[in-house]
Amino acid sequence: MIELTGFIALYIVMLTAFVGIEIISRVPVILHTPLMSGSNFVHGIVVVGAMVALGHAETTLGQVIGFIGVALGAGNAVGGYVVTERMLEMFKSSKGEKA
Amino acid sequence: MSEIISRDTLDHLIQASYFIAILLFILGIKRMSSPVTARRGIRQAGLGMVLAVAATFFLPNMGNFFLIISALFVGSLLAWVSARKVAMTGMPQMVALYNGMGGGAAATIGAVALYADSDYGVVIMSLAVAGGLIGSIAFSGSLVAYAKLEGLISKTMRFPGQQLFNALVFLGAIGCGAALLVVEGYPFELITVFFVLALLAGITITLPIGGADMPVVISLYNALTGLAVAFEGFVLDNAAMIIAGTVVGAAGTLLTQLMAKAMNRPLSNVLFAGFGDTGGEGGGGPEGNMKETEASDAAITMAYAEKVIVVPGYGLAVAQAQHKLWEFCERLMERGVDVKFAIHPVAGRMPGHMNVLLAEAGVPYDLIFDLEEINAEFDEADVALIIGANDVVNPDARNKKDSPIFGMPILNADHADNVMVVKRGRGTGFSGVENPLFFADNTQMVFGDAQEVANHFIQGLKSLAE
Repeated sequence: MIELTGFIALYIVMLTAFVGIEIISRVPVILHTPLMSGSNFVHGIVVVGAMVALGHAETTLGQVIGFIGVALGAGNAVGGYVVTERMLEMFKSSKGEKA
Repeated sequence: MSEIISRDTLDHLIQASYFIAILLFILGIKRMSSPVTARRGIRQAGLGMVLAVAATFFLPNMGNFFLIISALFVGSLLAWVSARKVAMTGMPQMVALYNGMGGGAAATIGAVALYADSDYGVVIMSLAVAGGLIGSIAFSGSLVAYAKLEGLISKTMRFPGQQLFNALVFLGAIGCGAALLVVEGYPFELITVFFVLALLAGITITLPIGGADMPVVISLYNALTGLAVAFEGFVLDNAAMIIAGTVVGAAGTLLTQLMAKAMNRPLSNVLFAGFGDTGGEGGGGPEGNMKETEASDAAITMAYAEKVIVVPGYGLAVAQAQHKLWEFCERLMERGVDVKFAIHPVAGRMPGHMNVLLAEAGVPYDLIFDLEEINAEFDEADVALIIGANDVVNPDARNKKDSPIFGMPILNADHADNVMVVKRGRGTGFSGVENPLFFADNTQMVFGDAQEVANHFIQGLKSLAE
């Protein structure tokens, strides 16, 4: 694995934070709800971490907590995706173009 | 697997998958900034997620595959079914629910790291603790927000000394977290106490917050979950989590600020003061009488207007009248009337929620304008049709200093030649604030259920055609 340590990690976090602010600042108000839901979906990536935690768990306690984590993370990702997609599906312009 | 591809190659493939997943996430969110490309954006982000999950199975030393797959299946199935079922009006609480799940997942990663008592070093362990704390608060807090918006908890719970109590719970959680870092060979009970206190803090902080402020709180918890995910990403040395979590943390913080600003409610106010607690009675209601009119007469006035601006509010969605309203507007447009929709940032239960509800009824997004775009146009509008909205058109916000909503940006509906207000009854609205617009000389009130009134509007137009 590539190790993200010390200042390299800090630089990445700083630059990523600017990217996050930059891409949101141009979003029109009409898309705020889908956007919140969409960014909610994106942090569903936590499911990957929960999978790692469960995949390395050796004790029963670890397995139980890990199982809950993976189920919650999967719920975050799938639920977030489905509601966002459902909302965006409905947006269309008066020329009949679907989003 | 190892016989076909060497471990080294596999590791590179996994890293490449994470890299592409992150790229798809960022491009996806970027595409979501325009209604034209938004749907493609979420699909790209979805593809990235599938890729990242698939790659994770091939990480070194992974086990418990059966458990992982079952957990993925259980979580996905429950979320998929609930997400398909929910009505568009219920969207805010579902976002809260799924967000809470993400926070909970981040907290479990912290818990596993702590219970495993691994030797990560103090920096990584403090990130595990911080992620656990924030994730737990986002989890329990979001569940309370969900329960409140869903109507499962209807009361706003307040008691004397509540803020002191909240502060003590919060500080207690931080104290336990700090002890986990400092004390060598800490007992497992301490970890349990830490998580219980953190979960309790999320509940007690969220309980006293009123329903009107909930969107801001959900957005805040969304940002917090992102942050927790990034922290736990450091614990697991997982770049995808660090970057995706940080993007959401930063974007979510900005979004929270934008919302709080639109509502004229500083974030500290939302978190530490209940709505309506600060404003006085405002010294007497507005002078004058409300002028009532029939729906059919109002429809005819609009039929002969050149320009009508519709101001929809959440009451419209509660009455499920969006479809009828749009049918009426389509008929007006057939007659050559210029119809536009003006949306206040806090219309609905979340910024942008009203747009979703109108889109569901088939209203094209290029007829929908936000406050800054349309406010000047009210001056040249013949009719402002206010339906299910109240505070967002209250002129007191502009000029009455002691009004609880003073300073909130409002739609200038009162600048239109005629104002038509569709309202259930004569009482004050959601916030309990009197609205002098309803008593103005150029205002006519149409009382009744929004859906019935919209039906009468359509009938009124039909009678014109005959």
